Amino acid sequence: MSTDTADSRSDTRAWVKTDAQARLLRVVAGGDWVARDAARIDTMLQGLGLGDAGDVEIDGSAITRLDSAGGWLLVRTKRRLEEAGKRVRDIALPEIYAPLMHTIEQEHTAPPVVMERRHGLIPFLERTGKATVETGRQGYRMLGYLGRFMIEWMEAMLLPRSNLRFAALIHQVEEIGVNALPIVGLLSFLIGIVLAYQGADQLRRFGAEIFTINLLGVGVLRELGGLVTAIIIAGRSGSAFTAQIGTMKVNDEIDALQTIGLNTFDVLVLPRVLGLLIALPFLTLYADIMAMIGGAVMCYFDLGITAPVFMRQLHQAVSVNTFLVGIIKAPVFAIVIGLVGCFEGLQVERNAASVGQLTTRSVVEAVFLVIVLDAGFSILFSILKI
Amino acid sequence: MTEEREVVIKVRGVVNAFGDTVIHDHIDLDVYRGEVLGVVGGSGAGKSVLLRTIIGLNKQKEGTVEVFGEDPVPHRERPENSVQMRWGVLFQEGALFSSQTVAENIQVPLREYTKMNQALMNEITAMKLSMVGLPEDAARKYPSELSGGMKKRAGLARALAADPEIVFLDEPTAGLDPISATQFDLLVKDLQKSLNLTVFMVTHDLDTLRATTDRIAVLVNKKIKVGPIDEIRKDPDPWIQEYFSGARGRAAIGA
Repeated sequence: MSTDTADSRSDTRAWVKTDAQARLLRVVAGGDWVARDAARIDTMLQGLGLGDAGDVEIDGSAITRLDSAGGWLLVRTKRRLEEAGKRVRDIALPEIYAPLMHTIEQEHTAPPVVMERRHGLIPFLERTGKATVETGRQGYRMLGYLGRFMIEWMEAMLLPRSNLRFAALIHQVEEIGVNALPIVGLLSFLIGIVLAYQGADQLRRFGAEIFTINLLGVGVLRELGGLVTAIIIAGRSGSAFTAQIGTMKVNDEIDALQTIGLNTFDVLVLPRVLGLLIALPFLTLYADIMAMIGGAVMCYFDLGITAPVFMRQLHQAVSVNTFLVGIIKAPVFAIVIGLVGCFEGLQVERNAASVGQLTTRSVVEAVFLVIVLDAGFSILFSILKI
Repeated sequence: MTEEREVVIKVRGVVNAFGDTVIHDHIDLDVYRGEVLGVVGGSGAGKSVLLRTIIGLNKQKEGTVEVFGEDPVPHRERPENSVQMRWGVLFQEGALFSSQTVAENIQVPLREYTKMNQALMNEITAMKLSMVGLPEDAARKYPSELSGGMKKRAGLARALAADPEIVFLDEPTAGLDPISATQFDLLVKDLQKSLNLTVFMVTHDLDTLRATTDRIAVLVNKKIKVGPIDEIRKDPDPWIQEYFSGARGRAAIGA
C-alpha cells in the first residue's frame, strides 16, 4: 500500500493493487478511473501479479470517479480473470455506479472492432488493383459521356430549342472570359517579357537581335498564347465547373433538377461548354496581344528597338496563318476543358471529400489533355506543312 | 436532486445579432449537472445559434458564456485540459468525417486526448458502438454507406467516445422515423442515467421533450424562458400556447 498512497494522496489519480490472502486474491482499485487516464490504468492492470489463488475479489469501493472507459477496464479485468479459470466474485463499487456497470456488463459483449489495414503489401496491392479497374471504368464512362454530349450538342445545333439558356450562357461568358482578363493579361505580358529577354540574350551572340521579334511572334502566336491561356482557364474555370456541379450533386440539386423534368445537360453542361467555346478564342487573342506588348516593352528597353521598328519586323515575321494556326486550337481546348470539368463534377459522390478529389482530377486531366492535343496539332500541322 | 446543484453551463446577458437582426437579447441560462435540458423555439428563433455560442463556434456580441466556469476556448498549450475534452457534440447530420470509417471517427477524440494503445481503443470503440445500438459491422463502414439514423448513432458514439460530462445534441431525432426517434430518446435517457451526463438538446420533437427532458428552455421573442415542461405550458405567451396546444402538442403531452 505504501507506494500507492503517495499517488492517491497527492491527487485522485487511479491506482490498483493486489492483496493475496490465503486462497483469495483481492484486487483493490481506487481513484479516478476515467478515460483520460485509461492508458495508464491499462498498463497497471497488465502488470498485475495474479498469484495462484482460485478466488478473486475485485474491490473498487475506493474509486472516486468512474466513466465508461474505467468501467470497461474493470469488466475486462473480470472477464480475463474468469478466462484464466478463476472464480470472480462481483465487483464491489459505490452504489452510484451501478447503472453504468449494468449497462457495460449486460449490453457489451462484442469483440473489439477490427480496424481497416492501410499499410503493408496487401492493402497496397488492393489499392493498385482498385485504381487500375477504376481507371478503365473512368475511360469507359468518359467515352459514354462524350457520345452523349455529341448527341445533345447536335440536337441543340440542328433543332435549335427555344430553351437554350441565354442568360446562363451570358453569365458563363462573363465568368469565364471577362473575369479572367486580368490574370490572363498579366501572365501573357510577363511571358512576352521573358521570351523576348531570353531570345535577345541568345540571338545577340550572332548579332541577330532583331530576330527576337520573329521568335516572339511565331512562338507566342502559334503555341504559347493558346497553350498558356488554356492552362490558366483549365485551372480557373475547369476546376470551378467540377466544384460547382459536384457541390450541387452533394446537395441533391442535380436530382432535384431531374425530378422537375429539366435536362441536366441543357441546364448545366451546355451553357458552360458553350460559354467556354465563346470565351477562350477571345481570351487567346487577348493573350497574344498582351504578350506582344510585353515583348515590345522588353525589346525597347533591352535592345533599343522602338515600336515602329518592332511592328515592321513583326509584320515580316508572321502572317495571318501563323495567328490562325494558334487560334484554331482554342475551340478544341475549350471543349476539352469544359467537358472534363462538367464530367468530373457529375462523377462526384455524395460526400465532401469527393468534391475535392474530383476537382483535382479535373484540372490534372484537362491540363494533360490540352498539352497532348497541342502536341497532336503540332504533328498535324507539320504533316500539312502549315 | 438537491437544492444546491452544480451549474455546468452559465450564460449571462448574451446578445447575438446578424446584421440588424437581433437573435438573442440579453439571455441568461443555467444548466445544472446531470439534467436534460431541451431547447425549443420556432425556426429562426436562434436555437442552434445558442448551442453554437455555448460550444464556442459563434462569438456572442455581448455577455459571457462559461462552461465548467471557463471560457469555452481550447487551451493552446495544454489541449488535454480544455473544456472540449469534457463535452461531446452531436451535430444535426452527424458531421462524421467522411474520409474515415465509423471506428476511426469514434477514435478521433480518444487518440487526441488520451494515450490509449490501439487495442484498448478498439475495445472501447466496440463498447460505444453497442451502447448506441450499432451493429459490429458498422465499424468498418464509411459515413456515406450509413443511413440517416445510423449516422446519428455513430455521431453520438463519437460524441460519447472520450466519456464527456456534457453532451450537446442538435435536433437528434429530426429526420428519423417515429420508431427510430423513440429508440433514440430511450437511448439518450439510458445513457444519460448510466453515464450521469448533462444533456443540452435542441429539438423540435415534442415527444422527445416529453420523454427525455427535465426542464425545457423556450426561445421566444429574443428571450428565453426556462422551467419544467408543465410549468412552461401554462405560460400565456401566444407562441408557447400555440406550440403546446396545437394538435401535435396535445397529442404528445397527452392533454
